[in-house]
Amino acid sequence: MLRLEARRAPSPTAKWLSPLIAIVAMMACGFALFWVLGKDPVAALRAFFIDPIATRYGIGELLLKASPLALIGTGLAIGYRANVWNIGAEGQLAAGAIAGGGVALWLDGTQSAWVLPAMFVAGALGGMAWAAIPAWLRTRCNANEILTSLMLVYIATLLLSLLVHGAWRDPEGFNFPQSRMFAANALLPNILEGTRLNAGAALTLAVVAAAWFFTQRSFAGFEMRVAGLAPDAARYAGVSAPRMIWLGMLIGGACAGLAGVGEIAGPIGQLLPSVSPGYGFAAIIVAFVGRLHPLGVLLASLLMSLLYLGGESAQIELNLPSSVTGLFQGTLLFFLLAADVLIHYRVRIGARGTAVP
Amino acid sequence: MNHRNTLLALFTGAAVAMPALAPAQTPVATPLKIGFVYVSPVGDAGWTSQHDMARKAMQQALAGKVVTQFVENVPEGPDAERVIRELAQKGNQLIFTTSFGFMNPTLKVAQQFPNVKFEHATGYKTAANVGTYNARFYEGRYLAGIVAGRMTKSNVAGYVAAFPIPEVVMGINAFARGMRSVNPKAEVKVVWTSSWYDPGKERQASETLVSQGADVLTHHTDSTATVQAAEAKQVYAIAYHSDMSKYGPHAQLTAVTHVWDAYYTRVAQSVLDGKWKPDHVWGGIKDGMIRMAPFNAVVPKDVQDAMLKAQADIVSGKLHPFMGPVKDNEGKLRIAAGTTISDEALNKMDYYVEGVQGKVPSGK
Amino acid sequence: MGATLVQVIALTLAAGTPLVIAALGELVVERSGVLNLGVEGMMLIGAVAAFIVTVHTHSSWLGVAAGIGAGAAMALVFGVITLTLMANQVATGLALSLFGVGLSAFVGLPYVAAVVEPIKAVDLGLLSTLPIAGALLFSHNPLVYASVALVAAVHWFLQRTRAGLIVRAVGESPQSAHAIGYRVIAIRYAAVLFGGGCAGLAGAYLSLAFTPLWTEGMTAGRGWIALALVVFATWKPWRVLAGAWLFGAVTLAQFQAQAAGIDMPSQILSMLPYAATIVVLALISRDATAIRRNSPASLGKPFHPDT
Repeated sequence: MLRLEARRAPSPTAKWLSPLIAIVAMMACGFALFWVLGKDPVAALRAFFIDPIATRYGIGELLLKASPLALIGTGLAIGYRANVWNIGAEGQLAAGAIAGGGVALWLDGTQSAWVLPAMFVAGALGGMAWAAIPAWLRTRCNANEILTSLMLVYIATLLLSLLVHGAWRDPEGFNFPQSRMFAANALLPNILEGTRLNAGAALTLAVVAAAWFFTQRSFAGFEMRVAGLAPDAARYAGVSAPRMIWLGMLIGGACAGLAGVGEIAGPIGQLLPSVSPGYGFAAIIVAFVGRLHPLGVLLASLLMSLLYLGGESAQIELNLPSSVTGLFQGTLLFFLLAADVLIHYRVRIGARGTAVP
Repeated sequence: MNHRNTLLALFTGAAVAMPALAPAQTPVATPLKIGFVYVSPVGDAGWTSQHDMARKAMQQALAGKVVTQFVENVPEGPDAERVIRELAQKGNQLIFTTSFGFMNPTLKVAQQFPNVKFEHATGYKTAANVGTYNARFYEGRYLAGIVAGRMTKSNVAGYVAAFPIPEVVMGINAFARGMRSVNPKAEVKVVWTSSWYDPGKERQASETLVSQGADVLTHHTDSTATVQAAEAKQVYAIAYHSDMSKYGPHAQLTAVTHVWDAYYTRVAQSVLDGKWKPDHVWGGIKDGMIRMAPFNAVVPKDVQDAMLKAQADIVSGKLHPFMGPVKDNEGKLRIAAGTTISDEALNKMDYYVEGVQGKVPSGK
Repeated sequence: MGATLVQVIALTLAAGTPLVIAALGELVVERSGVLNLGVEGMMLIGAVAAFIVTVHTHSSWLGVAAGIGAGAAMALVFGVITLTLMANQVATGLALSLFGVGLSAFVGLPYVAAVVEPIKAVDLGLLSTLPIAGALLFSHNPLVYASVALVAAVHWFLQRTRAGLIVRAVGESPQSAHAIGYRVIAIRYAAVLFGGGCAGLAGAYLSLAFTPLWTEGMTAGRGWIALALVVFATWKPWRVLAGAWLFGAVTLAQFQAQAAGIDMPSQILSMLPYAATIVVLALISRDATAIRRNSPASLGKPFHPDT
């Protein structure tokens, strides 16, 4: 039997090695899978991992799709470090899109350069407002935030659907459920010619940098880490638990709200009944695969994005069904999460003493 | 190690299922490459399934002259543009985008690829290389209403619908008018599920309607749950999108099906001939885009004849489901006697006609 | 109206059953101190496995067994990663959902066109035809009765048996349980497998009884609702039953209101079950001591004897 033995200190080598091991393991798994399916494994893996980013456009798409994942994942990671379990980012994203989109529609026709900044401010506030509900319910009524934030996802997406089917419907749109297209001053400028990459990616980088500063260098960030690692010690040190909950939820909500505006002011350019293909949930995985560290989240978001693009490319190139993407993502995540055990534990072979089964 | 074994076992399990996945492609010399973008998985019945059936039919009809590829389960939103572009980039000369939400992404990609032809389903914007196509689903709904109106004993039909957009509302109204044309006492009850696809919810909505007296059900949602619920509750059903008789052999009286086969073949042929032009096609029964599924044996001959007669009249232009006078369910005259509704007014329909209960939820 | 009410209640039970079963499994998992957010994925795997086996064997009961087995197999993957390899439970659970959605769609692809004979409601002859009681009590699907029996069994197990006490002890304080000599990890494995089996059974109920078909993502989020119900029920089996039925009843009530012609946007009505869950949760959570008393103290934290 395999047996795990705790290391005295986390291994720095394993920290770098474990994601590599995971990726190699998944490649092996993928190789076997495609071979069994009768597809050329090399071609399949190339379709998944190389083809999507072989062109300038492809790289633009990779960054475009990674941007909301990194943005939301960064915000969530800050909360998770303090044991604030916000899993409703998808709803906060929708709330941000509603607020930001509302501003865009309301200011439609004005020539002001402030429309776009106003949208982002509104989006952040919208996401925060939506996250404030579970925070309030948790601090006031003690209600578990995992559950309330999740329930609020359904409510936010239904609210968006309601608005787009009704009040905010494009008057020239034959009553189809979509808002009017946003004016040019409500759209993010393109930053890489020949691609769809927009200034939202720069915003994401800025937020990630700010998050790094917050978690590593600020006192509030320190408090949050302590609250997460040693809740009792934090309590004795006078760290206010409700304050941690509020901070964790609001930061996560703000980031998700910004991501929502980034989508509607970026690749979508209008409000639709649904503005996110599950970014809010995918970002939770991104946060953990990135080990709740801003830089890690950034890398994890690129990997996640690549897997999405690879899934499409594999469909087009090899006629693999779309479900292969989920299968592949799940497998990679299993390996990544499992391989992290090497950081804190050494693997020993053979049974001895009180072995773990 | 345990988990690796499990995974391996699961993967091998997957391999057993493999042969059905292998695409049927014949190598050809100078084929026209055609791409399809689907909003949901292909499945066995429903909106996307009908498009995929048509893709295969076209491939067969033009064997040797076309090759096709498709991307399924593409969400309406930021990803659609990339997928459409990817298909254009990979050399597809004709691309069908089969959901309303693909309209703006299709137009954006079309601008970047002026030599590629695009066909967008159910939209209203065209361009030099973008045509649109849609079917007059309401014609089939009217015919379904005739069958339902004759077969109901409780005079109540139940309608499970997703969202109150005009396409759905005009279907409800056409159904009610069909029912009322043969049964003046008929009423239609509507339940909205707020979701195009959720079998559990559709099942609950269907059974709710049965509990409120409906003995014929129909649906404007994407699963077979309504037909199955009707089968289980021993009431009748009229399926939508696809023929679902296999899911309700006793329940399904007939079905309003979408048939894109001939249209896709025609469009591909016109591209092959170099004669393609962007068009705004809205075809009905006459064009073969809507077809009623074969009758269930329980439908009496005279009911069948009544429906077939109406069908012939629609084809000949003698009958239009919204031929005036049409009153809404609050008694207001909406379409004057002797006139027929314009296509534009049809596309903006936001009221119920006589015989439908309740009000169209406006969300305002 | 009386007849309608009876039908509504019967339908509520039918719709609530998959939630009851899946939530009950997760309840035991969480009582042992493990949080598995992969219920949706395990349900889908259970649904597709049950469906495939039924297609080939024409036996619904073999199908149900396959559903349970497949759900448990998925849970085993989760167990290895979180219990043996001590990965984060929240992330692994989410990854499990992603994986389950993908895998079920993948293996189920050749079966989307298949049709199975649904599991029929029981027919107790005279009893089933009794005026009101017949529809209310004696003509449900066998799995509906099974779900109620399961609630009673889990309640009895957790409260009245020694093994149940050990599971709870492991959830409260794995260190103490370990010190007394219980094999914490083995016990947690057992709980996780039970949870997976239940999720698989819930999936089997969906694909073989409630909506007898297989299509991708057919659970449509019921696994997430089941997770919510566990907290909602404050980790008490009977409250799971009440919560699941309440959720089903609110969903049905809005359909009933619509069919009766109420003028209200459907999206707002569709929000009701979720809003109701939040409100009830907030109300019952206000008693902070009760929540702390019931929620497993070590929930979500990995355990290793050396640390």
